[in-house]
Amino acid sequence: MAKIEWAMWANEQALAAGLIYLTGGIVGVAGQFRGWQFAAFGIAAGVFVCLLEYPRSKRGKGTSIERSGQYCFTVCVKSFGPLTRNYYVRAFLHAALCVPGGFMLATVLGCVCLGMASLIYLSAAIHGEHWEPILHIETKKRLGESIKEPPQNPPPRPPPELRRKKADNLDAAAYDNPMSVTINE
Amino acid sequence: MGNWIINHGLSAFIVVVWMAINIALFVHFYLFYDQGERFEYTRELLGSALAWARAPAAVLNFNCMLILLPVCRNLLSLLRGSFVCCGRTVRKQLDKNLTFHKLVAYMIALMTAVHTIAHLFNAERYSNSLEGEDGDLAFELSLLQDSSELNTTYLNPFPSNSTTPMIFVFTSIAGLTGVVITLALILMITSSMEVIRRSYFEVFWYTHHLFIVFFAGLVFHGAGRVVRGQVTTDPPHNNSFCEDQPDNWGKIPECPIPQFAGGSPQTWMYVIGPMIIYICERLLRFIRYMQPVTYRKIVIRPSKVLELQLVKPGFSMDVGQYVFLNCPAISQLEWHPFTLTSAPEEDFFSVHIRSVGDWTEKLLKMVENLPEGGQGPKMGVDGPFGTASEDVFHYEVSMLVGAGIGVTPFASILKSIWYKFKDSDPKLRTKRIYFYWLCRETHAFEWFADLLQVLEREMEERGMRDFLTYKLYLTGWDQSHADHAMVHFDKDTDIITGLKQKTHYGRPNWDKEFEQVRQENPSSVVGTFLCGPQALAKDLEKKCVKYSDVDPRRTKFYFNKENF
Repeated sequence: MAKIEWAMWANEQALAAGLIYLTGGIVGVAGQFRGWQFAAFGIAAGVFVCLLEYPRSKRGKGTSIERSGQYCFTVCVKSFGPLTRNYYVRAFLHAALCVPGGFMLATVLGCVCLGMASLIYLSAAIHGEHWEPILHIETKKRLGESIKEPPQNPPPRPPPELRRKKADNLDAAAYDNPMSVTINE
Repeated sequence: MGNWIINHGLSAFIVVVWMAINIALFVHFYLFYDQGERFEYTRELLGSALAWARAPAAVLNFNCMLILLPVCRNLLSLLRGSFVCCGRTVRKQLDKNLTFHKLVAYMIALMTAVHTIAHLFNAERYSNSLEGEDGDLAFELSLLQDSSELNTTYLNPFPSNSTTPMIFVFTSIAGLTGVVITLALILMITSSMEVIRRSYFEVFWYTHHLFIVFFAGLVFHGAGRVVRGQVTTDPPHNNSFCEDQPDNWGKIPECPIPQFAGGSPQTWMYVIGPMIIYICERLLRFIRYMQPVTYRKIVIRPSKVLELQLVKPGFSMDVGQYVFLNCPAISQLEWHPFTLTSAPEEDFFSVHIRSVGDWTEKLLKMVENLPEGGQGPKMGVDGPFGTASEDVFHYEVSMLVGAGIGVTPFASILKSIWYKFKDSDPKLRTKRIYFYWLCRETHAFEWFADLLQVLEREMEERGMRDFLTYKLYLTGWDQSHADHAMVHFDKDTDIITGLKQKTHYGRPNWDKEFEQVRQENPSSVVGTFLCGPQALAKDLEKKCVKYSDVDPRRTKFYFNKENF
């Protein structure tokens, strides 16, 4: 078990918080609650946080596991450069985004969850972590197909007495050549 | 050809029953609050949001009752032992306890979302009706206060029109505990994602103890009695007649002032039983932690494998069981599961620990630095607990598949077989055992080959050559291994293990293996036991379904996976 990378948990927490913020916002606007303008902000902030957090970072050690379809989001987030790589920026961004949610009941849960994600990101930043894109999957060299048939023994060799005799020992040869092959008379 | 029901039928049945109970609870309580006379005036204020809040609350009660039971290991082991008379299929369900725990957790998350959203509407509507925005009747009902001189009781829990939903939520018991337990739930869920749990288990483990906060909040959640319903007055208040003339309430006999009361909290009735059981579990762990454990022997094996042979008074085990170890010198709070590699017939118990993480690495270092003949670090042992491999001897034929260090439960089984043969145990029902070990490097075979050699000798002496068939697969082979094997082709024993069975290279072809087992054992019941990675588990599970026949006279394969 490797050193804890807090960003991986912060990522899960922030994604969940974004969904909760978005849900609270939708509820607040659909129900036309008092202060529904804060709920509208919640919708926008929730969508933004989900888009920002959807591409998972590359892990410092161990296999990086992508979310399905995250590649295009990764490219977008990567294009913002140091703003999205630095987890201090993320921590303060999430802290700023969660403040308006605290003014309305429908979004207060998203507000607190995003605040917690902000704290975890701060912990990740303090531990020196940063966001790295998972760009290309290095395709491992595929092992060959399993052998379907077991290897066979080679066919048995003939016993020594049946093997061909050498030419210099013609007297012991069992075979009598009718035509002379040594002297051309 | 394939027989899905044999391996999955009972699981599907249990899930269907559980889902049916959930649906029945939801519908029943929805109708109770949506159409019950007691809540007619409450619905005047809240509309259908009342029913939408109360129905998932009932489902939540049921699932919060269930959520702790699958993680009570002593309870599961007790049930496992008690279900010996029942079929193997019933006991197999106990090995899917964590899957069921996750399923219940998903239901809790879903119902929490519905419950919370409905209550957002309720709070907003309570506030609106005090402003007079919802009509005269709602306004009159909201004005009612607790007053002995006026002989009235309140229906709207908001004390005045200056109370905003936010103020109400954070000053009431129901609201405050609701927010707290929802936050605890969300933190537990986000730290339980597969990525977190697999790679940063400490985060998952420590965060999951927020369940204490969750259940404490849950017990007090209903104490405020915020949900108000009408109680019968004498003479009774005729709702349909009186709702159009609130001015006449208390003035004419048909319309006495309506009285309201909150329902008593009931959640604690659902969860108190499982909570007590779980507390007993933790107490039992603490008691076992306090019991002394001594070292019989400490062996450091190749491939960073550490063998601990421990003795603990009163400890008794069965094959294939596992224990939790705690080493206070490393961490006071961490308990780690290890399968037992000793046989029940031995007077000690042993575990093989491979160094894969922080805890095991520190333990290995600690043991390496011991002086000669020194005692190991203090160890707490909780268990033993039963799991799938306990059932090996309940099948006529057993296939044991171990991957890497996952071979450890089968060491216990094979040792036990050796003892059973030595004692000529007549109760041994199993006729045949196939053992497959998949390993990446050659060193791992060293510490296990001794056991197999001893077993091999014993089999030959008793003329039971066919009882145990074992195949070792070296998956991380390269050209030098192949060359070495070719040169020693003619040797009677294997070059790596010294056994009579030659090591196979590469991965096993499971189709051929299952076909062979089926041909050699027609009309048998075969238990397939795996201790290894999830991908292999999925593959083997498919093979078990594929090669099980619907015909009851043919061979059937049952899949079991080691599960902590």
